[in-house]
Amino acid sequence: MEYFLLFISAIFINNIVLVQYLGACPFMGTSKSTDVALGMGGAVIFVTLMATAITWPLHQFILIPYGIEYLQTIVFILVIASLVQFVEMFLKKVIPPLYKSLGLFLPLITTNCAVLGVAIMVQRNEYSFLKSMMYGLASGIGFLIALVIISSIRERLDVAPVPHVFRGVPIALITAGVMSLIFFAFKGMVA
Amino acid sequence: MVTSSILVLFLLGLTAAAVLAAASKVLHVEEDPRIAEVEGCFPGANCGGCGYPGCNAAAGAIVKGEAAPEICVAGGPEIAENIASIMGLEATFKEPKVANNICTGGSRANLLFDYEGVEDCRAEALLYGGEKSCGLGCLGLGSCVKVCGFDAIRLNEEGVPVVDMNACVSCGKCAEVCPTGAIRVSGMTMDLLHLNKIDDCLAPCMQKCPAQIDVRTYINQMKNGDMRGALLTMKERNPLPLAVGRLCPAPCETICRRNIADDGVAIHTLHRFVADWEMNSGNRVNLNCNPPSGHKVAIIGGGPAGLSAAYFLRRIGHEPVIFEKREEIGGMMKGIIPEYRLPSKVVDWEVQTILDLGVEVQNGVEFGKDITFETLERDGYEAVFIATGAWKVPALELENADAEGVMDAVTFLEEVGKSINDLKGKKVVVIGDTNTAMDVVRSGARLGCDVTSLVGCIQRKMSANKNEVKRASELGSELLFLTKPSRFIAENGKVTGVEYIEVQYKDPKKALGEPLPVEGTEQTIDADLIVIATDRVPDMTPFMNAEGEIPFKLNKKTGGIDCDKTSMQTSVPSVFVGGELHTGRSIIIQAVADGRMAARGIHHFITDGAIPEPVNPQLRVIPESILKNMDVTYTIPRINVPEITVEERRSTFKEEVKGSIVYEAARKEGSRCLRCGLTCYDAEAGAEYAQDSDVQKFSELGKE
Repeated sequence: MEYFLLFISAIFINNIVLVQYLGACPFMGTSKSTDVALGMGGAVIFVTLMATAITWPLHQFILIPYGIEYLQTIVFILVIASLVQFVEMFLKKVIPPLYKSLGLFLPLITTNCAVLGVAIMVQRNEYSFLKSMMYGLASGIGFLIALVIISSIRERLDVAPVPHVFRGVPIALITAGVMSLIFFAFKGMVA
Repeated sequence: MVTSSILVLFLLGLTAAAVLAAASKVLHVEEDPRIAEVEGCFPGANCGGCGYPGCNAAAGAIVKGEAAPEICVAGGPEIAENIASIMGLEATFKEPKVANNICTGGSRANLLFDYEGVEDCRAEALLYGGEKSCGLGCLGLGSCVKVCGFDAIRLNEEGVPVVDMNACVSCGKCAEVCPTGAIRVSGMTMDLLHLNKIDDCLAPCMQKCPAQIDVRTYINQMKNGDMRGALLTMKERNPLPLAVGRLCPAPCETICRRNIADDGVAIHTLHRFVADWEMNSGNRVNLNCNPPSGHKVAIIGGGPAGLSAAYFLRRIGHEPVIFEKREEIGGMMKGIIPEYRLPSKVVDWEVQTILDLGVEVQNGVEFGKDITFETLERDGYEAVFIATGAWKVPALELENADAEGVMDAVTFLEEVGKSINDLKGKKVVVIGDTNTAMDVVRSGARLGCDVTSLVGCIQRKMSANKNEVKRASELGSELLFLTKPSRFIAENGKVTGVEYIEVQYKDPKKALGEPLPVEGTEQTIDADLIVIATDRVPDMTPFMNAEGEIPFKLNKKTGGIDCDKTSMQTSVPSVFVGGELHTGRSIIIQAVADGRMAARGIHHFITDGAIPEPVNPQLRVIPESILKNMDVTYTIPRINVPEITVEERRSTFKEEVKGSIVYEAARKEGSRCLRCGLTCYDAEAGAEYAQDSDVQKFSELGKE
């Protein structure tokens, strides 16, 4: 039950984008079409899991024992950036079709603060390794859901009679705000 | 702590670097250096028009041999050559393609759609599945403009997309997003060989014209002063606009929607006006041709069908050679159709335009004697198009039919101006109801003789068109309707008269079937010359083999060679047929249409080996496009074409009866065109002339 609630709350109640406002840049940048949103969402889930799996032991077994937790951000950035580079090389060699389909999204994730956010949050909340992985997966799914929802709205906004000054990013930001309010309604679902 | 921090960071960085270095060594993907080289040749548009996700993928495909060096749609032949040199290949010619908008509808098409507040065709399709009453209408809100990565499309003031032919790279994105199909990407071959489809946006005139000429477009171009564009539009379907503009009976005019409101548009007059513009300018409009493909095609017969086939084949890149029995090409247009209908200099100009494209002609070569299918095949011709026409006038099985003074219409017309120069005081009897018969009547009257014509039916049933009959009557010749010759009277082998009998239909009111002779109505008229013009049929003797058999399936109705309706392919696969040899006696525009359809068939036959069946071809007039009521605002009188007087006609052969019109008059006539689509039309047509005294609103007509 505990894991299930953690899973649901990470997706809806504490949605990484719409409630915690992390990863807003790729959220705006890659949500123009649903196809792109799906690709980006999938890539984020994958990297979040990998990043959590590496940063958790790093934090627990190196940063804490040496008392240098304040280096957390810089260390995590270094790890995530290297990880993404490694994943990119690995996929290019081993699974070229997946590499091609992910295309530009893998390097984009290097600068995605949602991934870093998840890695930091699991430490703050002092989750166990398994819980951290569960949280990482759910946060990635939450990111994917938010991205797919806004991209499908934006596809229709593109062709809707939006006043000229609001066209493009402004109306997308307004929509994201409204979506955020809607997600706030999930607050209180889990005590 | 500082030391441990630095140490941890240093070690962590070192580990990451080492892991990445090792990974890059282990996971290194060997990439052909040519991929980068080829990619460097591309303009870097990443448009996806080639079918690959981006330029890198396309370069990879070229290096792998999966794609040709000329794959890039955004790059020209120079880029293809650069790529080919990297790959050690030779770049082949790739026909450029561009997007074009087929709909001129603009806001009026909008009325046919139910939007419920959504303002874009793509949104409409997304939300409602695109169910519409018009499958083609352009809504003019520009999804295509938004998606074009090359700034090649803009919306004009009417909200209709206009493609910049120079900027378009034919990536196809605009056509992809357009749910109505109003934008298409096509190249010259596709444009020239496209056959009307029932799902095209076809005005009734375009449906009725055998050659499928885009009437509304050329009229609109002419109206806007784009004479070159108008001529090119005509030449997409008709390589003989001067001749057609003079000879065509214009079936398009009878179906013109304006007939419902007032008088049909004078399409034929405008056609000639545009064609004359080029000839009068003295400069030929440049026609694009693909480079020679190496495919040789033999064309037997240099008449309208042969010339038409040669024109289309040459333009799409093949190498046609016309073999003509006579010393001049042009078929009946040259030397048979009288000068006052189609001057010889006009035919010469027209023929020269086609020859200038690079069509080879061999005169004085007779099929069956000098060349045969076997010799042509041996000489490397991959297909043969035969269009030898219908020159034989069937003899009448009457007494004294072979007497001196009895001749056929084709010989008569050929000899006018040569051995027949003066018929003053002579009595000439013409037998037949054909256009050729009317030509004989008119020529005879001009040569000063007394012409009587025996017509075996009522005027409505004549195969000659109304205008020709009118012209024949104007010259004072007598047309005896419902009469039939029963015998020729001759003295000493020379004809002196004709005995004829009156005929009548079983039911004169309905006038159906063949009229039967009425007993006891025999009469005689004197004649110095009798000209037979009952029919013209193809001469099949050149196609007979040693046993006297013809290797083709014959058409029982026309007596000509049978073929597939759309490919013109005969029962011998490499032989195609067209013109009067296939249809029997017919109109010039039919021959032109046959030539184009044969060119399409031959093109597919010699390049692909098989001719695709056209999808949804438009074979007859689409019933939905025939409207009963029209809501047109302005009525404008139809143009009056100047003609020379009847007296002048009697004294000259050289001057055309119909004169030319001036640009302003043509423009005004063009403004009568309703720019019809399949079901839509421009109700406000002619509004720019609303201030003219002869232009009125239909709504105000009844009040006067």
